[in-house]
Amino acid sequence: MRSITRQKDISEIAACTESFERLYILGCGTCATVTETGGVGQVQRMRDEMQQRGKWVTGWAVLPTACDEMAEIDLRKTGDALSYAECVLVMACALGVQRIGAYVGRPAVPALDTMFIGLEQAPGHFEEVCRQCGQCILGETAGICPVTACHKGLLNGPCGGTDGGKCEVDPDRDCAYTLIYQRLEERDQLHLMHRYRPPRDHHVMLVPRMADLNREVGDEP
Amino acid sequence: MTSRLQQTLKKGEFAVTCEIGPPKGTDTCKMEEHIDMLSGQVHAMNITDNQSSVMRLSSLAGCLAIQERGGEPILQMTCRDRNRLALQGDLLFAGVRGITNVLCLTGDSVVTGDHPQAMGVFDLDSVQLLRVIEGMHRGVDAAGNSLTGDIGFYPGAVVTPGADPLQPQLIKFAQKVEAGAQFFQTQAVFDLDLLDAFMSRVRKHEVGVLAGILLLTSYRMARFVDQNLPGINVPDSLLQRMKQTSRADQRSVGVDIAAGLVSAIRENSLCDGVHIMAINAEESVLDILKSAGL
Repeated sequence: MRSITRQKDISEIAACTESFERLYILGCGTCATVTETGGVGQVQRMRDEMQQRGKWVTGWAVLPTACDEMAEIDLRKTGDALSYAECVLVMACALGVQRIGAYVGRPAVPALDTMFIGLEQAPGHFEEVCRQCGQCILGETAGICPVTACHKGLLNGPCGGTDGGKCEVDPDRDCAYTLIYQRLEERDQLHLMHRYRPPRDHHVMLVPRMADLNREVGDEP
Repeated sequence: MTSRLQQTLKKGEFAVTCEIGPPKGTDTCKMEEHIDMLSGQVHAMNITDNQSSVMRLSSLAGCLAIQERGGEPILQMTCRDRNRLALQGDLLFAGVRGITNVLCLTGDSVVTGDHPQAMGVFDLDSVQLLRVIEGMHRGVDAAGNSLTGDIGFYPGAVVTPGADPLQPQLIKFAQKVEAGAQFFQTQAVFDLDLLDAFMSRVRKHEVGVLAGILLLTSYRMARFVDQNLPGINVPDSLLQRMKQTSRADQRSVGVDIAAGLVSAIRENSLCDGVHIMAINAEESVLDILKSAGL
């Protein structure tokens, strides 16, 4: 599982940091390194870019895992360079931005947009396979999630836009329900295709969702 | 109240419906002109609901205009733009104003339209929307709360006979029937053998099926439809016929093609009726009907 990120346009990063002279740049050694958005190379390039734009980069580091609670211990090792900066430019996913922001007590500005949680299906190719909807139906859909894989997130079969087993919005994308149909047929489970699925319960948990191991999952805090 | 469309299909008469696109803006003159031109010629008229995800005057507003002018509307409701609260609120409004025919659609993707940054809602899908209507008939809303007053809709749905693969589409057809759909309008068909084969698969369901007839207004449009619209295949012979006609005459050839399809469907009892889609060319519906002897 990876948090998939994409670097923001440099003009947006410049606008978010325009009131600061001294920046510290943090990358992440886990997801953002794999997606080549917040690894050592990208952080160093960002340092060069910021310096060219007249910023004083007091230092940089790539934390092993920016969202982990151990990030606090790693941050202590950064010493004066971090404490001298007015803001931290974070090249990690939004989890990392929030974790770091809570520790540094100064603005933590995201340099990346967090796109989705995905699997690396081929080297360098990431796909979203779960939307964390809280009502998993993979057991009825041959292990293919239509909430994620169908462009419209339909629960009861395909729309009329199936074109040669591809999705109408993009000929390179498979129609989720064609895949589900084929796999259910292979497994002699086509009866599941006929099963009515009622509207989703968007109130499985109140947003923001929380889980506490000391309570039943789903209990209101 | 039983709608004229319902009565027609119940009596086994050949039903004819057509489609009117509402304006992008508040100038309703052209829409009203089309309504007046066609209301005496067809059993009912659809007002499209932000068709192809292009923002326009709402289907409800257009349906009221049809009613005020003495015609019978078919309210199109897509699941793309409204959540279950908004859909139900609009259904209640339609019920209050005596709009009976409701066509339930999933809706095109927002990315195909003129507001591609918008959120595609899809809180319900077409099958779920049909079931919501079924619940309203029993006096309850989607959450099971009771509703005051009576509601009686004539719910319909859509199907794509040329979908590839077809089997999942047939399962969805059965799901829609089970959810209460009583009539179907199909995606445009040009190949009558394909339509015949499709009908032989769905005849067992006791619902009215209206074949979608799309007016090809030019060779360019015919080619675009053939190449870009999922589930619609324009046979080569028709494409060639359009291509070999001068541009000025292509629309009348399109009318001939559409009228020929309508006649053949009627004479061979392939379907229970037709649904004519003359996008941005509503006035040609009259020519199609005349040429088809209706």
